[in-house]
Amino acid sequence: MKLKFPNPGLDDRIPSHAELERMEKEEAGDRPKWDNKTQYLLTCVGFCVGLGNVWRFPYLCQSHGGGAFMIPFLILLVLEGIPLLHLEFAIGQRLRKGSVGVWRSIHPCLTGVGIASLLVSFLVGMYYNTIMAWIMWYLFNSFQSPLPWSQCPLNANKTGLVEECARSTTVDYFWYRETLNTSTAIDESGGLQWWMVLSLVAAWTLLYVCCIRGIETTGKAVYITSTLPYVVLTIFLIRGLTLKGSIEGIKFLFIPDVDELMNPSTWLDAGAQVFYSFSLAFGGLISFSSYNSIHNNCEQDAILISIINGCTSVYSATVIYSIIGFRATEKFDDCTSDNIWKLMNAFNYPENNITDGNYDQVLSQFNQTNPDIIQGLQLQTCDMQTFLSQGVEGTGLAFIVFTEAIIKMPVSPIWAVLFFVMLFCLGLSTMFGNIEGVVVPLQDLNILPKSWPKEIITGLTCLISCACGLIFTQQSGNYWLALFDSFAGSIPLLVIGLCEMIAVMYIYGVDRFNKDIEFMIGHKPNLFWQVTWRVVSPLIMVVILIFYFVTQITKSLTYLVWDQEAVDFPTLEARPFPSWINVIIFILAGVPSLAVPVFALYKFIQNKCCKKEDYSDDTVDTISAKVEMNDKMKI
Amino acid sequence: MEDVVPLLLLLLCVSSAAAQLCAPDASNGYKVRLSLLTALGDEAYVWNDSEMFLFRAAMAFAMRTADGQNYNVSNVLVCDETPRVSFWFVVTSPLNSSLLVERRQVEEAVRKSRNRINSAFLLTDNTLEFLGIPPTLVAPTPPSSPPWLIVFGVVMGAVGAGIVLVLGTSVMQSRREKKKAQTGFEEGEEESRAEGNGAASDSVYNLSFSDDDRLTQM
Repeated sequence: MKLKFPNPGLDDRIPSHAELERMEKEEAGDRPKWDNKTQYLLTCVGFCVGLGNVWRFPYLCQSHGGGAFMIPFLILLVLEGIPLLHLEFAIGQRLRKGSVGVWRSIHPCLTGVGIASLLVSFLVGMYYNTIMAWIMWYLFNSFQSPLPWSQCPLNANKTGLVEECARSTTVDYFWYRETLNTSTAIDESGGLQWWMVLSLVAAWTLLYVCCIRGIETTGKAVYITSTLPYVVLTIFLIRGLTLKGSIEGIKFLFIPDVDELMNPSTWLDAGAQVFYSFSLAFGGLISFSSYNSIHNNCEQDAILISIINGCTSVYSATVIYSIIGFRATEKFDDCTSDNIWKLMNAFNYPENNITDGNYDQVLSQFNQTNPDIIQGLQLQTCDMQTFLSQGVEGTGLAFIVFTEAIIKMPVSPIWAVLFFVMLFCLGLSTMFGNIEGVVVPLQDLNILPKSWPKEIITGLTCLISCACGLIFTQQSGNYWLALFDSFAGSIPLLVIGLCEMIAVMYIYGVDRFNKDIEFMIGHKPNLFWQVTWRVVSPLIMVVILIFYFVTQITKSLTYLVWDQEAVDFPTLEARPFPSWINVIIFILAGVPSLAVPVFALYKFIQNKCCKKEDYSDDTVDTISAKVEMNDKMKI
Repeated sequence: MEDVVPLLLLLLCVSSAAAQLCAPDASNGYKVRLSLLTALGDEAYVWNDSEMFLFRAAMAFAMRTADGQNYNVSNVLVCDETPRVSFWFVVTSPLNSSLLVERRQVEEAVRKSRNRINSAFLLTDNTLEFLGIPPTLVAPTPPSSPPWLIVFGVVMGAVGAGIVLVLGTSVMQSRREKKKAQTGFEEGEEESRAEGNGAASDSVYNLSFSDDDRLTQM
């Protein structure tokens, strides 16, 4: 497995070990540095731990066999997550550049990998911050009692509740109507919603003020944004465990179903979750690692951050499901007492004669004697499992299920504020990494004049992303966001991750890489790293990529729509995409992925045709040249 | 003996008339349902004839308030009591005890005095139900300025102040550095002029003069 592509001129492009030692001692002032190790670790933990840990992992865990899901998750964490993380940390620390700089140093044809990272970071940052805008909107609305999503408004002539709200629930109505004001199709754009635009502007300006000077300012901000979520999760855990029905939720989450391990999609979802959860291939981690001192122990860091990320996923899953268990129990109790009420009123039984205990017996008795009356009552079937599995993923979890649970808790506004502050901090620290993954490559590519300070570049990035993000503030914005989420943040990242591994192992050279790590941390990486870097991790990535690609191509492209006219309202209806969406999908998924080969080809052609004119590169190293230079310096 | 029979007949007639006036699903009657245990839990009182009397008095009060005529307890007829605690009632006119008051008038009277009737029984609109008379909905009063805008304003103000502060310190810092570089540069120039050539100095540009190796070797 000592395959290595020829790579002439590599030594000229990267600093040697001696130069690194010299740079370390002289402390070159122009490259930013971490104030202390804690800042670096908190920033990386913040980048990795994001909204996915709270609203994707618990759903995957519960739907793929509960406690049994831990097995594929942990296996793939060790075989895929940790090696990739160590790789990114080590290469960033060694080459001391952002993502574009690192790949360009390894080989100019690989600049495309850095550019792909830049594009993906930009696209993902655009829609991720819109979710932050939604979170901020809910946060702003949490400072009132009663919470606005606990009541239905009255209709125009004050005779009853608004029909849309009465047919669905108050939380559904607040989310789909008062927050998103959603239209019924992705092509009905419906214009910008001013309150969403304000929230979006608030989200981007808050992000800007935290990122304004790069890690100088984000390094201070992460002390709060990375630690506060853990505090809030603990508070919610204590609160959750004291609520009725929370144990039901936790049991539902963790009860293992070992048969699920036979299902290949369980392993696929586990692999994809590990990959996306570690925020790999965005370029942000390489950047952060490049600000470390040269002898920082990146191996230890990789293992530590992986463990923290995994544990956070499990911890937040426990908290989320304790609250979901409470909500499901409340809904179940409401459902059964509603049925008992109807039965009691129909047959004029005294109160408290029909209880949960004898309900079934009484119902069957009446079914035999008066079946027609029973029909007319329209009793609902109350099933605990249905309530526990309702809408527990993504934005549905945060903005519908959890908000419903919060309004049933005493002193709701406090819990709402705490919850949305936690989500906000989780998202903000991830956005720091995203912005890093956009701004540093822009500086490395020399697109913008060097005289422009970092503040201006960051400001420009935030401004352009905010302007582009306005498409998500339209009435159809939710559908656009789901589109971006499925396509911009999935296949390109897998492609980039695979290219990274191949580039470092086979173009940079695994021998050189081993020597570098030995230079940096004092010992050569052991057999585990060798095997996973060279064989296991790339293989897992290829498998996941192929399966992902195949499932995306084969499944019919539909999206879920909130439509009052639909038959199953309030359940979301699946509707096929219009045909022009395929162009958009190609731009989202195809352009970043194709940037890698296109740029490689472009550089290759450039090299071939411009090979003869190589004289200008050599510097003439004579004293007279130095004299001339120094005369200029005098002036 | 002969006096009793007409009396008995009269009583029968009256009771049957009353029975005919008040019946379940009567056209001018309403069904009332009380949920004492739901509303009051442990402090629930037992529903008995006295409570029924209170109800009939409360209804008479409501009719008087709405109509102005002198309704009495005897004008409110009740029937079909169930253990649920639900029953039907009708209201007869004070002028003619065999004439029932119109449904709409009863509804109006109940609506007007709903609060008073509820509080007489320590119940609410949901636990003292008049089937067919929905409770009037209380519109939630919207606050003068939406609270979310206030929080938004506070947050944006803080963020704006932060941006101005950080940018301001950056600008000041860069100005200070420029000044330092300028004054440092001027000092360096004066030094070099004062020292003249040939003097050993650390700066690179003097090396060319002091480096003998560059002279052609004879």
